[in-house]
Amino acid sequence: MAGFTLYDKLWAQHVVKEREDGTALIYIDRQLLHEVTSPQAFEGLRLAGRKLWSVPANLATPDHNVPTTLTERQAGIEGIEDPVSRIQVQTLDDNCDEFGVEEFKMNDVRQGIVHVVGPEQGATLPGMTVVCGDSHTATHGAFAALAHGIGTSEVEHVMATQCLIQRKMKNLLIKVEGELGQAITGKDVVLHVIGVIGTAGGNGYAMEFGGSAIRSMSMEGRMTMCNMAIEAGARVGMVAFDRITQDYVQGRPFAPTQDQWEGAVSNWANLVSDDDAVFDKVVEVNAADIIPQVTWGTSPEMVTTIDGFVPKVEDGVTDEHKEAIQRAHKYMGFEGGEAITDIQLDRVFIGSCTNSRIEDLRAAAAVAKGGKVANTLKQALVVPGSGLVKAQAEAEGLHTIFTDAGFEWREPGCSMCLAMNADKLGSGEHCASTSNRNFEGRQGYGGRTHLVSPAMAAAAAIAGHFVDVRHFNLEGGAK
Amino acid sequence: MKAFTTHKGIVAPMDRANIDTDMIIPKQFLKSIKRSGFGPNLFDELRYTDLGLPDADNSARPLNKDFILNRAPYNKSSVLLARENFGCGSSREHAPWALEDFGFRVVIAPSFADIFFNNCFKNALLPIVLSEAIVDDLFKDVAAVEGLELTVDLENQKIIKSDGSEIAFEVDAFRKHCLLNGLDDIGLTLQDEGAIKSYEEQRKQQAPWLFRA
Repeated sequence: MAGFTLYDKLWAQHVVKEREDGTALIYIDRQLLHEVTSPQAFEGLRLAGRKLWSVPANLATPDHNVPTTLTERQAGIEGIEDPVSRIQVQTLDDNCDEFGVEEFKMNDVRQGIVHVVGPEQGATLPGMTVVCGDSHTATHGAFAALAHGIGTSEVEHVMATQCLIQRKMKNLLIKVEGELGQAITGKDVVLHVIGVIGTAGGNGYAMEFGGSAIRSMSMEGRMTMCNMAIEAGARVGMVAFDRITQDYVQGRPFAPTQDQWEGAVSNWANLVSDDDAVFDKVVEVNAADIIPQVTWGTSPEMVTTIDGFVPKVEDGVTDEHKEAIQRAHKYMGFEGGEAITDIQLDRVFIGSCTNSRIEDLRAAAAVAKGGKVANTLKQALVVPGSGLVKAQAEAEGLHTIFTDAGFEWREPGCSMCLAMNADKLGSGEHCASTSNRNFEGRQGYGGRTHLVSPAMAAAAAIAGHFVDVRHFNLEGGAK
Repeated sequence: MKAFTTHKGIVAPMDRANIDTDMIIPKQFLKSIKRSGFGPNLFDELRYTDLGLPDADNSARPLNKDFILNRAPYNKSSVLLARENFGCGSSREHAPWALEDFGFRVVIAPSFADIFFNNCFKNALLPIVLSEAIVDDLFKDVAAVEGLELTVDLENQKIIKSDGSEIAFEVDAFRKHCLLNGLDDIGLTLQDEGAIKSYEEQRKQQAPWLFRA
C-alpha cells in the first residue's frame, strides 16, 4: 500500500466521525478570531443560547481595522477616528469579555495580525487543525498543521461544536528543488508558483510545499509561501515538520511545557509525507530559475520577472485571456509592452500577514540602509506584523534605518493590505506592496497594486520605480 | 436558514472569469457587525461611479448605466451566470450575504473558489457547477433572449429552460438535504456530541499539550 501524505495524516488524526455521504466531522484544535468575521458568529451563539464548546481553544486579536498611527493608538479604542471601525473593534472586546475568550487587545504588546500572532505565541503548533475567518489562515500550515480559512457561519459552528463538516481534498505537491539565488525569498517562489499554476490551479487541493529549497527555508519564508497558497486557489498550504519547525516553536508561550516537550516532538516527527506517498498532482519548480517577481495586473497570476514586460493583449492565449489582459491594462493604466523597471511608483507598503515578520523587516532594512525614499513617492510605510515584531525591530535599530531613509514606522495591523483602516491608495496610484492581493480596489478605490518581496519593495522605494534588488547595492543603492 | 426547493428567476450574465470577493463586496462594507443589508453594495465598484461608503445613501449615488444589474429587467434577476473561479479571494461570508440580500438564489459557473462555494450553502444560495460548454451555451441563450428565465429544481437536480429542455447538475447529498429543509448544521452536529466528547478525551491522552487549562 502506498504511504500517506502529510495532509492524509493530519486529516486522519482529526476525524471525529465519517458520514455516509463522504463528508466527515473534523475536530478543530485552535480557532483564531479577529474583529471582522466574528461579530455575527458571536451574535448567532447568543441568539441560539449556545456557549463556546472550548473557551481556551480560541484566541482573539483585532487587526484588520486598527489604526497604525501612534496618535490614534495612544488614545485607545476611543481614538479610532472611523466610527464604524471603532464599533467593530469594541464589539470584539465586548464579545471576548462576555464569552471569556483570551484576547490581545489593541494596545497589548502581543496584539498584531492574527497570522503573525498565532505562530509567534506558539498558539499554532505542528499537528494542529487551525481555523480562522480569514483566507490567509493557510499561513499556519507552515508548521505541518492543517489550517484554512472559513466563513462566519463556520466560525460559529466551530465555536459551538469544536468541529467542522468537511470533505477531504486532493493532494498537490509543489516541489521546489535546488538552491534559491541571492535575495530570492519565499515571496518570489510563491508568486512564481502562482504564475505557473494560476489562481484556480489549486482549487480543491491541499497544497504541500516540498523539495530541498523549502527544506532549507526559514519558518518565516515558509509562512509567506503557505500564506499565499489561497492565491493559487488552495485553501490549505503546508510544509512538513523538521528541525527548523521544532527550533522555532520551542519556548514560545503556548508551546508544550518542558515535561511535555519530548512527547510532543516525537509525535510531530511523523508529520511528513511518506517517501512512497501518492499525490494527485505534482508541480516541479527549479529553484535556480526563479528571479525577483513583480505582478503587473489585477490577479496574483498576472506576474512576471523584474527583467520582464507588461504583456500585450495579443500575448493572451485564449480570447478570455486576451480580455482579462485588456481589462487589467485599463485598470492599471498600461498599454502593454512597458518594462517593469519603468513603472513609476506613488507609494510603497511593507507589511501584511504575508511579509511583516522580523526577517522581512531585516531584509527591507538591509536594502534601505543609508538610502533615501525617492522624492517622487508620496509615502513609504513599514507596518510590523505584531507589537512583539515591532519591539524586536526597534531593539535591532531597524526603525531608525527606516525613518532615516524617509519611511514611516507604524503600529501593528493589517493596514494597507486591504485598506480597511485609514491607510490606503488614492485612485490611479501605483504601489509596490509586500501584501498578497492585487485585486481591483483592494488597497483603495482605483489603487494599483504590484506585489513584491520586502527587499524589492524597499529598493523600489529608494529608486522610485522597480529595480532588480540583486544588483541594487552594486549600482550604488540610492541613485 | 430558509429552505431552497425550486426557484425560477431572471438570469444576469457576467461574462468574466475570476470574479473575486473584493469585487462582490468591497472591504469598507465589512465593518458592519450585522449579516444583512449588504445588497445595495453588491458589486459596488462596478455598480456605481463614485466611491461607496458604509453609511452613504446608496439611492442618491451615480449609477454605472452599463452595468448589468442596473438595467431592467436584470435589476430583478436572481440567477447569476459567470465564468470560472467565481468567488476567489477572501473568506468573507459577506460575499454570499450580499448576493443573497440583493435577491440572488443561484449562481452558475464552470468552477468556484472553495471557501466561497462552501459559504453559499450556509445562506440558502445555491452554487451550480456546469461544464464550460454548457455555461457557454447559457451565455448564448441569455444574449439571444432579454430577461431569460430559468427554473432550478434542487430536489431533482435539474435546471429547466423555458422550452422545457433540462440540464442536470450535481450537488453534495448532505448540503442538498440541509438546503431543501433549511437546516442549521450546528444543531445537526450537536447530535454527535457524544462522538465529539469521546474523540476529545482520546486526543487529550495522545496530545495533552494541545489542551490549555
